[in-house]
Amino acid sequence: MLKKKSGAPIYKDFWFWVKLLIFAVFLLFLIYPFSTLVVNSFKSAKEDGLTLYNFQRFFTKKYYYQALGNSLKVSLIPTITSILIGVPMAYLMTRFNIAGKTIWHVLIILSLMCPPFLGAYSWIILFGNAGVVTQWLSGLFGVQMPSIYGMGGICAVFTLKLFPYVYLYVSGAMGSIDRSVEECAENLGSGKLRRLLTVTVPVVMPSIAAGALMVFMTALADFGTPGILAGGDFRTLPVLIYNEYLSETGGNANLASAISMIVVVIALLILFLQKWWVARKNYTMSSLRPPEITEYHGWKRFLVTLPVAVVCLISFLPQVVVIFCSFVKTNYSNFVFSEGFTLEHYTELGKSLMTNIRNTFVFSTVAIIFILILGILLSYVIVRRRGKTGGALDMLMMAPYVIPGSVLGLCYIVAFNYLGKTADGTVIKLTGTASIIIIAMIIRKLPYTVRSGSAFLMQLDPSVEEASINLGVSPMRTFFKVTARLMLPGVLSGAIISWVTCINELSTSIMLYTGKTATITIASYTNIVRNSVGTAASLASILTVISGILLLIAFKASKGKVSVI
Amino acid sequence: MSHSVIIKNAVKKYGDFTAVNGISLEIKQGEFFTLLGPSGCGKTTLLRMIAGFNTVDGGEICFDEKVINNVPAHKRDIGMVFQNYAIFPHLNVAENVAYGLKARKVPKDQIAPRVAEALKMVQIDALKDRKPNELSGGQQQRVALARAFVIEPGVLLMDEPLSNLDAKLRVQMRTTIKKLQRRLGITTIYVTHDQEEALAISDRIAVMKDGNIMQVGAPDEIYRKPANPFVANFIGVSNFIDCTVSGEDPAGAAVQMTGADYAIRMRLRKPYTGEAILSARPEQLSFAGTGIPGKINMSVFLGDFIQYEVELHNGQILELNEYTKDVDSARPDGEQVYVAFNPNQVSLYCKETQEVLSC
Repeated sequence: MLKKKSGAPIYKDFWFWVKLLIFAVFLLFLIYPFSTLVVNSFKSAKEDGLTLYNFQRFFTKKYYYQALGNSLKVSLIPTITSILIGVPMAYLMTRFNIAGKTIWHVLIILSLMCPPFLGAYSWIILFGNAGVVTQWLSGLFGVQMPSIYGMGGICAVFTLKLFPYVYLYVSGAMGSIDRSVEECAENLGSGKLRRLLTVTVPVVMPSIAAGALMVFMTALADFGTPGILAGGDFRTLPVLIYNEYLSETGGNANLASAISMIVVVIALLILFLQKWWVARKNYTMSSLRPPEITEYHGWKRFLVTLPVAVVCLISFLPQVVVIFCSFVKTNYSNFVFSEGFTLEHYTELGKSLMTNIRNTFVFSTVAIIFILILGILLSYVIVRRRGKTGGALDMLMMAPYVIPGSVLGLCYIVAFNYLGKTADGTVIKLTGTASIIIIAMIIRKLPYTVRSGSAFLMQLDPSVEEASINLGVSPMRTFFKVTARLMLPGVLSGAIISWVTCINELSTSIMLYTGKTATITIASYTNIVRNSVGTAASLASILTVISGILLLIAFKASKGKVSVI
Repeated sequence: MSHSVIIKNAVKKYGDFTAVNGISLEIKQGEFFTLLGPSGCGKTTLLRMIAGFNTVDGGEICFDEKVINNVPAHKRDIGMVFQNYAIFPHLNVAENVAYGLKARKVPKDQIAPRVAEALKMVQIDALKDRKPNELSGGQQQRVALARAFVIEPGVLLMDEPLSNLDAKLRVQMRTTIKKLQRRLGITTIYVTHDQEEALAISDRIAVMKDGNIMQVGAPDEIYRKPANPFVANFIGVSNFIDCTVSGEDPAGAAVQMTGADYAIRMRLRKPYTGEAILSARPEQLSFAGTGIPGKINMSVFLGDFIQYEVELHNGQILELNEYTKDVDSARPDGEQVYVAFNPNQVSLYCKETQEVLSC
């Protein structure tokens, strides 16, 4: 890149430094910590040098390898159930005049963007051992609810939480099938159902696969839901990593590193499998006429609306329950619904949990400023100055898709726990500081902004930039005066999504927090685990309301075109 | 003020593909020069090399005596009009036009009058406060034009500026552009694939194909005396007739049409004997008592002329135009005719090298 060909325009320089800067960020906070983790996973306190001891231990002890099986189950089952719910939902929403379509769409996105463990928590309030519905049923009819704890509950929560991924990808694809393809099938004598199964579904198959991949990855990586709903001895890999890390006091977290490696390898395998499968059946379709929307009236319209409404309301129910319960009086660990409403959970927050609230705001705001700057530069590099470096940066940026949050947290712990000593002997380290949580937020949530920004930039005509350069404004100043200005709407709507996910971030910060740096999500999670239900509900409500407001702003700003996937 | 542009052996390569293959051109100061050719011929690549958006992989590009190969695009003092206008969507019309003046640190009190004058010249002074999305294609084109010339650039580049306009507007705008260029006297390099547009607007034209220049000349020169069959076919319509030449004496070579009992005598540039191609425009052909025999397949009445499709005995189709004012009525379909032409008007090319033989 530094090679000067004859007449190579000098304006490569600015972007060269930008690429270098972004690469340095990834090197320092992604490549280096991850390599440390890899090395760490081959080390052990029991043996010198590199060893397979940790992996041996993992695959020979039932306690460990069982968690692998559990993780695969709670990732695969929700993937399948999400497809079973998401695809029909997408079909109904894109092909029929569902009543209140926009509302349902917004509800689906809202429930996707709230932290998963809140869903789990709300199902415990309703169906847990001391849950409202459980007690009501057993008191009234003596009926025993199946336990919400364990695999069944986790799968149910994941399904309701993650089917929106399938829905969003597939409805995008179904809305852009050209009408003539289906008309042609009909013309060739296919019935409606047969047409759906032989033409429509196969054509949207790549989108189903993309949505399914997101469900699998999120379920595999999620810490909060299995953390809350584990019940007894049902452990998944992220929970195991957390436990192992906590139990290895002062150790190097070698076994936790090895388990992390296994999770990343599974994620990579699934990713490649999906890419390989999709590559074989990717159709590009130029949609000239979007599919027809069937207009139903009366009871027919009611019939197509009903399943959509039921699914949306059930998946949005957790948010409602949590907010409702935050105003209900409690007696220790139970809600007492008969004694009316109270604001005491909120006043309590003001007393003891202001630090957490302030942390969430400060951390996520600082993170979002960096995300905005990096996002706008990286989007530009990826679209307009791609080359080999740009492609590599694009790939690095997407790494958090295969590195679960708790694994990244562990990477930071092993890499930044000891950076040296000052003259007076204090250990210099990044762990335990606010910076490390902010850095983790930036690395993990940057993709939302970059994807939105680069998609937007691709629609912009490059000759507008050339016109500015041509009129005598240097390429660097052109970027700030024209391009960045024009990219802003796309970058901003992506940044709001990044912001929402920063605010709701749990799985990395749970590994990295100390008392001083705990955020709302961490306080909420620990209060749930401690059965301090009232405080947990009020904290969770704050998260839900903030996320909702931000998402609605993003919707308004991008005229409903905001992409959360 | 305005520069001359001298291109010496310019080369542009994309991997193994040579987009511009050692082109040399001299464009005079104040000239309206057009690069004309089919898509993929390298004309836009060459224009973007002059603008500084493509690197120069070999040779030199000079403004007057100064080599500009290494001058970055924003320091080349060029005005450019883009195919899709490239109007800044976040600025209004006046701000768009003022953009280049501000970049050049023109004093504030001079900017407004210069913008106003430029907008007046392209007849959109009434629209100065509009946003680009409130403008029609033709109006955006005028903004792009005003924005490019208001900075009084040394060279004005235009990359297919009219291709997105409808046919009527295109004719109107090309007259506007030509008049404006005459008035301002800015050296202008114009890229188009539309031969009619090129003929109408240019002082000189370079016809390009596969990264090479086929011919450089004034519009009528290129039309009347195409340098090779490609140019003859690309500019206007030409009929190609196979023939055999036996001419040791260039002053009067015998040209025998293949498969027809018709021969003419032509003046050649140099002695030549062998296979050749004769190229004749539809209006250079006429019906006569002797000539190449054929029959009329169809006639189309086009107002000022009648267009005939004549099928020769070997199955070849010739296109022949007859001015309406010269005849009483169109000839009926199926009529047996003889097609002849004036040897001084048609062109003759060597079949093998495609090189021009006629004077």
